[in-house]
Formats: sequence, C-alpha cells, structure tokens
Amino acid sequence: MAKKSASAAAAAAAPTASTTTADSGATSTTTTTQMVTKGSASSSIQQTIFTVIQNYQKTTPQRTKLLDAFLGFIAVVGALQFVYCVLAGNFPFNAFLSGFSATVGQFVLTVSLRIQTTEANKAEFPSVSPERAFADYVVGSLILHFFCINFIN
Amino acid sequence: MAVATATDASSGPLQLAASLGKSQSTKALLRVIILCFIAAAAVASRLFSVIRFESIIHEFDPWFNFRATKYLVANGFYSFWDWFDDRTWHPLGRVTGGTLYPGLMVTSGVIYHALRALAVPIDIRNICVLLAPAFSGLTAFAAYLLTNEMTPSPSAGLLAAVFMGITPGYISRSVAGSYDNEAIAIFLLVFTFYLWIKALKLGSMLWGALCALFYGYMVASWGGYAFITCLVPLHSFVLVVMGRYSSRLYVAYTTWYALGTLASMQIPFVGFLPVRTSEHMPALGIFGFLQIVAFLEYVRSAVPSRQFQTFLYLSLALIFGVSLLGLVGLTAAGYVAPWSGRFYSLWDTNYAKIHIPIIASVSEHQPTAWPAFFFDLNMLIWLFPAGVYLCFQHLADEHVFIIVYSLFASYFAGVMVRLMLTLTPVVCVAAAIALSQVLDTYLVIKSPNPEDSIADEVVEDTTKKGGKKFPTLLRGVSAPVVGIYNVAFKFLLAGGMTVYLLIFVQHCTWVTSNAYSSPSVVLASRMPDGSQHIIDDYREAYQWLRQNTKEDAKIMSWWDYGYQIGGMADRPTLVDNNTWNNTHIATVGKAMSSREEVSYPIMRQHEVDYVLVVFGGLLGYSGDDINKFLWMVRIAEGIWPDEVKERDFFTARGEYRVDGDASETMKNSLMYKMSYYNYASLFPPGQATDRVRGVRLPDTGPVLNTLEEAYTSENWIIRIYKVKDLDNIGRDHAAAASFDRGNKKRKATKKRGPRTLRVD
Repeated sequence: MAKKSASAAAAAAAPTASTTTADSGATSTTTTTQMVTKGSASSSIQQTIFTVIQNYQKTTPQRTKLLDAFLGFIAVVGALQFVYCVLAGNFPFNAFLSGFSATVGQFVLTVSLRIQTTEANKAEFPSVSPERAFADYVVGSLILHFFCINFIN
Repeated sequence: MAVATATDASSGPLQLAASLGKSQSTKALLRVIILCFIAAAAVASRLFSVIRFESIIHEFDPWFNFRATKYLVANGFYSFWDWFDDRTWHPLGRVTGGTLYPGLMVTSGVIYHALRALAVPIDIRNICVLLAPAFSGLTAFAAYLLTNEMTPSPSAGLLAAVFMGITPGYISRSVAGSYDNEAIAIFLLVFTFYLWIKALKLGSMLWGALCALFYGYMVASWGGYAFITCLVPLHSFVLVVMGRYSSRLYVAYTTWYALGTLASMQIPFVGFLPVRTSEHMPALGIFGFLQIVAFLEYVRSAVPSRQFQTFLYLSLALIFGVSLLGLVGLTAAGYVAPWSGRFYSLWDTNYAKIHIPIIASVSEHQPTAWPAFFFDLNMLIWLFPAGVYLCFQHLADEHVFIIVYSLFASYFAGVMVRLMLTLTPVVCVAAAIALSQVLDTYLVIKSPNPEDSIADEVVEDTTKKGGKKFPTLLRGVSAPVVGIYNVAFKFLLAGGMTVYLLIFVQHCTWVTSNAYSSPSVVLASRMPDGSQHIIDDYREAYQWLRQNTKEDAKIMSWWDYGYQIGGMADRPTLVDNNTWNNTHIATVGKAMSSREEVSYPIMRQHEVDYVLVVFGGLLGYSGDDINKFLWMVRIAEGIWPDEVKERDFFTARGEYRVDGDASETMKNSLMYKMSYYNYASLFPPGQATDRVRGVRLPDTGPVLNTLEEAYTSENWIIRIYKVKDLDNIGRDHAAAASFDRGNKKRKATKKRGPRTLRVD
C-alpha cells in the first residue's frame, strides 16, 4: 500500500513543484524545485516535507511553537501509555482509558486553541478572540480533568 | 399568534400594528409573551388525564422509574447508585444502580429537594407525574433556539416552538403521569442539537464543551443517546465529503467527542460501551478521520498547489477506506461488539421476529403505518418535505444537519413506531422553516416600487458592464419585477395558512384528549346513559396483594406486569419489564404454557407463592394474557424447543381457539386453566362466553390441582392464585385433589399394580 500511495504522490507531485514556486514567490525553494522537476517519487515527498518544515519554522510565531512543544509532549505521553497497555495488558481498563483519553482530550483541546489563536484563521472565528479562546480552553480542560479523575477511580 | 392578529386587521390598523412591532424592545416583549404562552399551552394540553382521572403514574415502565425515584429520595444518592434490588427477578436480583439510566430519577430528586429548600414541600409522586409536562415547555423553548439557528426569519423559531409544544407525536410520550425516560430525553436531544449547531457555527470550544455536557446528561437519561452519537458524526462526515471541512468543524467536533465520550462513560450502565460497541464506532472513526483531515489541511496550506489537493483527497479516501476495513476486521475478530439486537433489528427488519421474539413481542417495535404519521403530525407532515427542500436551497452547515437528521429519523420512524418520537423535533423545525417562508412572503403588505427596481437594475448593469451606459430603458426590455403584489392574494394565502394552523391546534387537542390521555392503569368505559364508569381492577388486585400477603411473597406473572406489581403491590416478582434475562422470562413462559405437573416443580423451584394472570374475557379487555399467550409460548420454545411447541397450541386446522375445540395442550396449559377457572359458573348453563375472543365456552371449566384461587377482582380482570404446598402425606396433587373431590374407587382393586423396588 505504501508503494502505491508513493507512486500516486509521484504522479501528482511532478507538476506540483512549478506551481509551488509560482505561489510562494520569493521564497527560497528555487533550488529544491529544480531538483524535483527531475522527478523521482521519494524526492518529491522529501521536498514536500522539507517545504512544510521550512514553512513552519519561518511563519510560526513563538507562542504557537510553545503550544506545539506541549502537543508533542502530550503525544509522547499518550503513545507511552498505549505501548504500556499493549505490553502489560489493560487490566484496570478504566485507568487506562482515563489516562489515555486525558492525553487525547488535552491534545485536541490544545490543537483547537492553536487553531483559534493562529492569525491566519482569524476570518473563520470572528467571535473568538485569543483571550476568549484561552478561557474556553481552560474551561474545557477543567471539565476534561474532572471526568478523568472521576473515571480513574 | 401575531400572525393571526395581523391578518384580520384592515390596512389602517395594520400599519399601526406593524409600526408598533418595529421597535426592538416591543419585539422582544412579544417574543417573551408568546414563548410563555407556548409553554403554558404545552403544559396545559398534557393535563387531560390528571384532570379526568387522578394524578397517578401511567403505563408499565414509569412504575419502575417511580419506585427508583422513591428509593433515591428516601435513601440518598450514594445508596441509590449502589442499589441492589432483591425484590425483582426473584432468585437473581437486579443490580439496579448499574442497569438503569439515572438521569430521570436524579432530575426529579433534585427538583424535590430544591422545592423542599424553597419551603414548598411537594409529594414526590406529584413531581414525577408533572415532570414530563414541565419539560415539554423546555422542549418547546429548545426547538425555538434550534430553529432560530437555521433561518433568519423572525417567525420560524416561534412556529417551531408552538409545533413542538403541542404536536401529538411528542405528547404521546409526555403526558402528565407518563414518567418515562423520554420525558426529559427529548428536551435534551433538541437542546444538545442546538448546542452542537451553535458550536459548529461559532467554532467555539465552550459551546462544544456545553454540548458534551448536555450529551452526557442525555446519556444519563435515555438509551436513545445512540441517535446523537451516530447523527453528529454523520453530519460531520457529510460536511467533509461535501468539501465543507473547516477548522470550526474540527474544534466543535473534537471538543464534543473528547469530553462527551468521557462524560458518557461516567454512567455505570454505559461504562466501556463507547469504545467497545459498534454503535459508537462512527463517532470514534470520524474523530480519527478529522485529525487526519486537519493535519492534511495544514500541510496543504503550507504547500499550496492544486495538484497536491487531488493527491490529498485520494489519500484521504484511502485512509478512510483502510480504517473502515480495520473496523470491520476488529468487529470480526471480536474486539468490537457487533450491533446489539435492538439496533440491528432497525436495519434488518425481520431479524427480531425470527431470532429474538422478545423484541418483536413489544407492540412499539412494529413498523409504522401511514395514518400514524398524519395522526401524530397532521399538517406538519406535508410541510416537512417543503422545509427540507428549503434547507437544500440555502445549504449552510446547519442546513446539512437538518437534511441528514430528517433522512435518518424518517427511516427509523418508518421502521419502528416508537421512533416517531425522534422524528418529531426535526419535523417541527423543518415545517416551521417552510411555513415561516410562506408567511414571510405573503405577509409583506408593501409592494416594492417597480421604478426603484428598474433603477437598481440599471445601476447593476452599469457596474457590471463597466462604462457601457443605458440612460433610459424601455419598460419591455427590462426584466419584469417578479413577485406577488396583489393584496387579495396575500390575504387569501395568509388566511388559508391561518385556517390550517387553527385546524392543527384543534387536531392536536382532539388527539391528545382522545388517544393519548388514558392512564392504562384505570380503564374507563361509558355507561348507556353517558356517565363514566371506571374499572379499577388493577389497583384493586394489587392492593389486595399488598395487604393480604406476606411481605416477601413472590409473585409470578408475565413480564408486562412486573413493574406494576413491584410498584403498586410492593411484592417481589420473578420477571419484569426490564427484559435483561431472556432465559428467566422463558422459564416463566414455560411455567405458564405447560401442564400443571410440569409447571408446579418450576414454581416450587423458584419459590413462587402467588401467580397472577390478567383475563379480559368478562369485560372484553383485549390486552389480556390469553392474547399474549402465544408470545409466551414462542419465547419458551426458543429455549426448550422439545418441551414447548407452538404448533401444539393450535387446532388441527391451525386455528388458535379457546372454546371446546381448543387443542388438548391448550386446555391443559396452566394459563388456560387459570384464566377460565370457574368462569363458566358465572353464567347460566350453556351461556358462558368469552367477550374478547367472542366464543362460547364449554360448561365444565378446567380443573386446577396445584393452585387454589386466592383472589379475583371485581370484573375478573386480575386473577390471583396461590401455589399449594406439598401434600402432607406425599401424594401428588392430582391424586390428592381427586381424592378430595370424592372420586374414591368404590371397589378396592385386588390386582396389584406394578411395583418398583424400594431403594433406601
């Protein structure tokens, strides 16, 4: 399956590169573009990833990066819990569920906060100011933790 | 209501009234007054049964809810949560705290204590009786809020509120005294949907969290919460497929799912179901799907390209397909429980009839006939498709919700009578949208000036074509002004709609009064002179049980009456309406449908003291046990196919008869004997008739050896038998009874019978 999707990506991404440069204009992707137009599947995916990372490092504000660090931490904690559950069995299933869903819930809440505080999304949330988003986030997290603590027994 | 006053005023006062309604504060005041009237109408139309009869709990299920509420109020919350009820399902008992939806009881408990704190001490029974009407007012308000999200029309919300307030489809489950889960669940359903729409529109975490909290309350109240868990993901999925994914959808859905699932797992009855059963898998699947969609959307925004977009869609479809396959695999491997029988029978409508007779035996689980739709919804049923059509015309995110909801709810309501209840809210909302559109079109008395519109057009033209100017147009060249400007027509149509609305109100009141306001515990009949005659056999018999039997005398009856016996007679029962143990019910069915020699040991083993049967033959009460008897046989046959056979209860020609031609198995069955015991002695010889089956019965009735008649109510509706003890000198009951009747053999037989060896 992985091979299939990769070839699809190759077909799609070969003409991609030129439009990328056209749209992003003055960005420094010209060198990579030339590399991609030669067109091998793996390199186009690499190029995409590279563009995303570059884009991220350049455009993301410091505060959002902090949120992203937190997101990464939550994801690691959740993954660890899951791996432990797979290795050691799920005997107190409610404990596993509440621990795991605490990470999942906190993750999606943080992602929501991140979405709402991003400048680019301002048009989509006319009624949510960043302060309001943070207050919502606090309320949502409090409810989440109440349920988790109640459920873990 | 404002509509009605506006139409019959002439144009002078009309302008006055219109100018009166212009100011914002007057509008708000009118709205508040109208909503108060609607709530009052909703409450008032549900009180027929309380005023006509008395303030009691109706039906069967509400008796358990009432009993549980009394327990909660008497013993406090914590002991209610851990309540082990040893007075039902006799040898087994029921872990009540873990097998009920506590929302209803806790709500009325809270109301009870709040009123107490306000120094208004009201009996818990009255709170339970009047809970449903009170909540119906709130439901009307929730429908108002939900509809206001759908359309900018000022009248739609109020129309939806009034429809929701009085439509019989909802009244049928929420009259005063019907203390059932649906009483508060429909309010929670509509309000949760309102919060969901609000969360989706604003993309706000707070509204999503509120939606999750009310969803949690809904889960605590009614098993129908699965409808929400399936509808909200479906709505989101349809939005994504339509290419309407937005970060608002992500915020609203994930907040709702993360908090709502945790909230639902707090209810002991639900427990781990949200991660283990198929009904909840759509919500989980869409949750995961939205994460991927959101991530890929982010990537797309970082790498702008049209080609990349198609690749994204392809990969999304692929991921969706793979995870669907994964779900199928997990279900097949047994990690995820498949659909439960009750849900499965919604898809495969014949499933229950073939495999689970206990589900098919409930009359609410039958398919709905067409007249029922018109009976319950009257004019709304033909406004409903028009409203859905209007939703298609605008098609914002919230309109997609109405469309999805109406499609699903219509299907479910068509499959099962009982689910008409979940259809009703969307019918009210869609009908209100359609009707308000009509009224908004025809109630505008002022026509636009044709000159103005031409001028507008010219301006548009000039701006469009940029520079090319038409200083004056011929009237014929410009597009005609389309619309209805004839005042007479407007009056005609608005008047017609008003007449329909009035007829609707009348229909609702009539249906509520005649069809849905009878408390099944008390039967009312009319005497020839028109006076009302109350038949109160149920309570008479239950009262007898309560006063004249031991505190822990076990009563065996068919499961329909289990809750009522527990609630009114306060005696332990073997089976009840919570049909969680099919085998136990089949045991009772076997005892009822077997010969006395077979059923007596069964009753001894289960320590049965009294057996209660419902018999309507004298009065023509058709819901009696002989008419339900075949279901007992079928349920028993499902477990013991060798001992109980449905075929044996029919005559050779395949008829189900109870008269002299009845089959031998039928005549010897315990149920038949208990129903017709001594019945012929009521009539002069040769006149014994059964008014339900409409047949003449033989003069010599059945003989009962192992039971003795303990009580028969005034109209013979309830008959109670006491199970005899073992014979003192060890004979079997048939021999003992025969001896007592004097059937002694005149001559002592000299012949020795075949003896068996005595084994010590």
